[in-house]
Amino acid sequence: MDRISPSGPAIRPTYGAGPANREPANLGDILERVLDRGIVIAGDIRVNLLDIELLTIKLRLLIASVDTARELGIDWWEHDPYLSGRDRDRELMAENRRLRRRLAAVEGGEEADA
Amino acid sequence: MPDLTYLYAVARESLSCPSGVAGNPVRTIARAGLVAYVSSVPAELFGAEPLRRSLEDLDWLGETARAHHRVVDAVAAVTTTAPVRLVTVYEDDAQVAELLERRSVAFGDVLAHVTGRREWGVKAYTSPAAAAAQAADPDHADQRGGARTCGGDGQAGRPGTAYLQRRRAGLRGREQVRRQVLQRADHIHRALSALAAAGRRHRPQDPRLSGRHDWMLLNGAYLVDEARAGEFAALAGELGGDGVEIRVTGPWAPYSFTVMEPA
Repeated sequence: MDRISPSGPAIRPTYGAGPANREPANLGDILERVLDRGIVIAGDIRVNLLDIELLTIKLRLLIASVDTARELGIDWWEHDPYLSGRDRDRELMAENRRLRRRLAAVEGGEEADA
Repeated sequence: MPDLTYLYAVARESLSCPSGVAGNPVRTIARAGLVAYVSSVPAELFGAEPLRRSLEDLDWLGETARAHHRVVDAVAAVTTTAPVRLVTVYEDDAQVAELLERRSVAFGDVLAHVTGRREWGVKAYTSPAAAAAQAADPDHADQRGGARTCGGDGQAGRPGTAYLQRRRAGLRGREQVRRQVLQRADHIHRALSALAAAGRRHRPQDPRLSGRHDWMLLNGAYLVDEARAGEFAALAGELGGDGVEIRVTGPWAPYSFTVMEPA
């Protein structure tokens, strides 16, 4: 995303140079604010975003694509080959159980718990 | 087709400010002790139908968002301001004047809440590797040790079981990393909120929006007394480290703290 200058000369000098770790406002931050926050006025208005559902398609998806179900959007493990694959885990565990049962039968021992 | 009236923000003072969306000059409408910042926009571009198409155009949207923000920001830098959401469009100026009149108490409440305060954005990032390293830290070894021994020692000779135990430990480790990151985000948010007049957590941004590949564990907005801005920035800085990077943006117009109940 392109960057624009933060608030430019409009910033009050009382804020000084600001913290060292401060970053300029980028377009993503601006879009997030102007689309999802600020006063929403309903009623006699001619047009507002509430009327424009199509916005859901791209931008809103971008802003909210991190599903709330994933709480904090921490989904990196889904792309990690070692950590991903819950289904595969289940298959492996089932297979393992079958093999152990089989082994137990062959050895005449007790069934191992999974 | 007659022009429509585009509303940017409501404040109490009338100021001159930069041009608005579609490059049109911004003017003010005063009523009931309030001032609305507006500009005329062509109905061919800002009617519901054309907007439906335009908003799909990310370049157009980006430019319009920046123009909107530029106006809001210029006003908010000088006086207490309640920003209005993007593309809030009225039939004409008279309708906006009527809005100020009718909702003057609600606008007054919103403005009172944000007077003398500015919004700061605080994002916390970490990388998967950094988070995993934190989870493996000896300080947290108790839980990991538990994971290793919970299967019992008697099954060590069984490769299948050993494999399962490793898998289980891996899953547990993953869950643990997730939990620790959540706790860390909670901690940062609580600490910042305690210093701020108000705090709000927003959804972490998608990497495509944030432009970063690290994951965002916190996307917070804080309404901070102007006198405490320095203190707030210092605290935000202190809360980073140990694999967590803190980025502060602002000061912003109080976009996240100007909720107005519907009429």
